[in-house]
Amino acid sequence: MKSILRLVLNGRTREDAVSDRSTLLDYLRAVAGLTGTKQGCDGGECGACTVLLDDAPVLACLTLARRCEGKRVETIEGLAPGGRLSRLQRAFHERLGTQCGFCTPGMIMASEALLRRNRNPSDAAIRDALSGNLCRCTGYVKIIESVKTSAAAEP
Amino acid sequence: MTAAMPGFRLVTPRSLAEALAARAADPLARFLAGGTDLLPAMARGLVEPETLIDIGMIAELAGIAVDGDRLRIGAATTLARLQADALVARHAPVLASAAATVAGPQHRTAATVGGNLCLDTRCVFYNQSQWWRRANGFCLKREGTVCHVAPTGTRCHAAFSGDLAPAAMVLDASVEIAGPGGRRIAKLCELYRDDGAAPLCLGDEELLVALHVPAASGWIADYAKSRVRGAIDFPLAGVAVALRRSGDTLAGLRVALTGTGSRPFRLAGTDAEIGHGVDDAALERLDKLVQKQVSPMRSTMTPAHYRRRVAAALTRRLVRRLFAEAAQPPMRGGGATAPQSEMKP
Repeated sequence: MKSILRLVLNGRTREDAVSDRSTLLDYLRAVAGLTGTKQGCDGGECGACTVLLDDAPVLACLTLARRCEGKRVETIEGLAPGGRLSRLQRAFHERLGTQCGFCTPGMIMASEALLRRNRNPSDAAIRDALSGNLCRCTGYVKIIESVKTSAAAEP
Repeated sequence: MTAAMPGFRLVTPRSLAEALAARAADPLARFLAGGTDLLPAMARGLVEPETLIDIGMIAELAGIAVDGDRLRIGAATTLARLQADALVARHAPVLASAAATVAGPQHRTAATVGGNLCLDTRCVFYNQSQWWRRANGFCLKREGTVCHVAPTGTRCHAAFSGDLAPAAMVLDASVEIAGPGGRRIAKLCELYRDDGAAPLCLGDEELLVALHVPAASGWIADYAKSRVRGAIDFPLAGVAVALRRSGDTLAGLRVALTGTGSRPFRLAGTDAEIGHGVDDAALERLDKLVQKQVSPMRSTMTPAHYRRRVAAALTRRLVRRLFAEAAQPPMRGGGATAPQSEMKP
């Protein structure tokens, strides 16, 4: 069954017809056309599909779209309005926190959630915030450095 | 593992009565809380509900409050909230420690106390895709007739892997359950039974409403778990310990375990240590007690004897550490193992 879903996606209110069985990941990629959010394991084990739901990190593959009714959803596209990279995205670029790039949107959204709560996180806090995200190529050292660099650059 | 999510209808009741009515009306319905356990199971064809009853909007299931001499934690409280809540930090910090070890931060944003307490049991032969299980002849827990863990037996040996249950058990917690016949309160230990195929003593039309934690003045507690990787993983063995110290001896000791069998349980026989100090001989006795009472089977990637020894080692370490900490003055601000204070509303 389809019904109307109303939410705020990357700052804009949207209304779309979605089926009960649609996950937030299906909705973002197939309905909203935002393919920056990646489908990794599709079973809640890799963190590639991490987005923000009312500022908190969630797995889009384990979130039913209809449960986002009236909420704010933010994806990687929302961090770079007009194509201008955010400080966190630039830090990932400059500190080589990304290699193949598949895990990167999830890593960045999980880091973004942390930096909104804690502008000066310790290494342990960064590791904890990223403990739900897997990277299969570059390893985690450069990713943690990227988040630290972004935090240090906060005005 | 990708498989299309099966079709289902989603209903969103606003009250407990509406939720129970929806459940009574549809024998194939399931309650949906955080969805972090149920939705992957549905994608793998492990459960096929026709209706999901979203219990995330029901006020009675939300919130954490001191109620008389106990802490009442609504079943729909998320694990992220449990980790950060000031009342939990003050009265039952071991629940926050245990919550922090569950999966990853994204799961904990969604996952709930009720969901973790009612987590389905897991097994390497069960938590697989439909085609994997079919190739293996299915199993006793789902669609098959044989338990591949113990093929000559008649029961399912999938393991319970929730982390909150042992932590709540050492606090002597109870659960509030609502059903068609009204409310009932049961000791948390009584929620579970030793059957991987049907691990909960919860009627089809019943719903866990809240966790009740009694005041535990003078006790300190913590939880430790062993797992294959440091995050997003279930326990191979998980141990919670609560103890009270009087001078150089134990005045109380409770141990509960998870991950080593089809139900979490309180270790029997720990009262024999009351009045003794915690020395090597006492730790050796506890080690034996754990190894005798746990019943790990070949339901994970690691051998059963490893999990048995890990459960005993975690118990020894926790008891030794907490007993030493209990001699120290209370930590300022109440850390994860700070003595738990009397409850005052």
